[in-house]
Amino acid sequence: MADAITAQGLVKRYKTVTALDGVDLSVPTGSVLGLLGPNGAGKTTIVRILTTLLRPDEGSATVAGVDVLAKPREVRRRIGLSGQYAAVDEYLTGFENLDMIGRLYHLGVKRSRERARELLASFRLEDAADRPSKTYSGGMRRRLDLAGALVADPPIIFLDEPTTGLDPRGRTEMWEVIQNLVAGGTTLLLTTQYLEEADLLADDIVVIDHGKIIAQGTADQLKTQVGGERLELTVRDPGTLLAARDLLEPLGVGKAALDEGRRTLLMPISGGAQVLTEALRVLDDATIGIDDVGLRRPTLDDVFLSLTGHASEEDGQAGEQPDQDRPPVPPDTPAATPTGPGRHAATDTSSTGGA
Amino acid sequence: MAAPTVFSDAYVVAKRNIIKIKRVPDLLVFTTLSPIMFVLLFAFVFGGAIAVPGGTDPAAYREFLMAGIFAQTVIFGATITGAGLAEDVKKGIIDRFRSLPMAPSAVLTGRTISDVANNVLVLIVMSLTGLLVGWAIHSSPAEAALGFLLLLVFAYSVSWIMAWLGMLVPSVEVFNNATFIVIFPLTFVANTFVPLETLPPALQTFAEWNPVSAVTQASRELFGNIPEGVPTPDVWPLQNAELYTLIWSAIFIIVFVPLANYQYRRSTSR
Repeated sequence: MADAITAQGLVKRYKTVTALDGVDLSVPTGSVLGLLGPNGAGKTTIVRILTTLLRPDEGSATVAGVDVLAKPREVRRRIGLSGQYAAVDEYLTGFENLDMIGRLYHLGVKRSRERARELLASFRLEDAADRPSKTYSGGMRRRLDLAGALVADPPIIFLDEPTTGLDPRGRTEMWEVIQNLVAGGTTLLLTTQYLEEADLLADDIVVIDHGKIIAQGTADQLKTQVGGERLELTVRDPGTLLAARDLLEPLGVGKAALDEGRRTLLMPISGGAQVLTEALRVLDDATIGIDDVGLRRPTLDDVFLSLTGHASEEDGQAGEQPDQDRPPVPPDTPAATPTGPGRHAATDTSSTGGA
Repeated sequence: MAAPTVFSDAYVVAKRNIIKIKRVPDLLVFTTLSPIMFVLLFAFVFGGAIAVPGGTDPAAYREFLMAGIFAQTVIFGATITGAGLAEDVKKGIIDRFRSLPMAPSAVLTGRTISDVANNVLVLIVMSLTGLLVGWAIHSSPAEAALGFLLLLVFAYSVSWIMAWLGMLVPSVEVFNNATFIVIFPLTFVANTFVPLETLPPALQTFAEWNPVSAVTQASRELFGNIPEGVPTPDVWPLQNAELYTLIWSAIFIIVFVPLANYQYRRSTSR
């Protein structure tokens, strides 16, 4: 079966930044692609191009086999989009929002109403159906927004950061909803800043930074790229840390890293729980007391760090136009303020001295 | 097949905007309250100091005043179009509309239509206020209806300028400030509140050719609010006030409908 979404050489430049710098994608029908990257990496730009909201400067794309640039309206019939900021009308009720979207997909008056009620029921919004969505919690609004993307039962869904800004409970609920959706065979392209989310929901992950794809594969492939599992161990007495290393290193597959301040040892291993048991036995025989021990699988955070050299929380410099609704990124915050007056004072002093 | 969906889609969008008027009464209260204040302010505070042709008593000024207030109010009413669109862009609602297989022009058409509905409501409130302070229609019902219609047509054409601006500016605040700076002089440097003859020559020429003066003059004539024997200023736009108003309305529509639609197609949320 053909790919549901393809893109070749997408480039998008804004005045001063290149938001996308040659992106190729292919998403097999019925699969879930997670686009993973920090703020400003270019994720939203990709979604906007694929959903016909934005024209790329270079490159081409197809969605459901239809050329995005040549036949945008044909594409719109076949997709559902749920944006980064809940694009529901807060003055309309949940029902009115979905009914309106149904009408604009040309489902007809009767079918639009039925579909709105169906979706409200399956997204557990029935009780709130006739309240303006302004009164909804963040999680309810996101669910309503997602329901909006499903009104016409499109074969391909785009979700742009579906859980950003939700509390842990809202996030878990949203994940369940998305997993049910995917189980129904919908092709999904999902953007996220949360590595855990991509790991949980996506079949394939594309890591994007500064408008470029820097890695792709399944979650397991990406983890393997960073290295296997590690043994992490904290000794009770700092004096025993070196002895513990000497005893354990023969069990590992590389050198152990020590953190004396935290009395911790971290060592790559292969063999998992067996190695762990063996390590505990060796330490017990040597009467070295331990406070904590565990196996650590690399997280996608580790993946990100090793691929980009910076943590995923860090804001990229390139990318979309600044978003006003986001919490301000460090450059916007007056971090320089303390030095500002100081520098002025220094200048004043020197000029006074000169005069 | 394109044409029917424009109308049905525009209807759906207009319905949504009208629901919003119902749910956010502040907006309606604000847009009607300030004109009522203006009526009272001019009728009872400034009115006594302003002499109009055809009579010096305050009652004559109130007759003169109402058409001017109507014109100013419907033009400010037209700005709701732009403010509403700027807000929708910012909140991502335009993104949602643009991702749907609806007729692209329906969002703007629906918006401008619902703003006409809003203006009709505002005109009713204003007319009642006018009647309370002693204004009256002295013409036939048909002429009066034409007067209101002309005001609405002019405002509708202006709302397309606002639609274009609303899609262009970065925020509702910028939109409101920008339009205020333009609309305030346009509606005051005109025959809306004072007779043109009282203006300095340069301003007088501007005011004579200002379409706001023409729409005011035309509705004054159609409501029968110009006393017997008062001459119409001897300039073409005011001698042919109805026609001049319609010419400007047509220009606004012809220029700004395509511009606004072009801007809509390329806008994204910010």
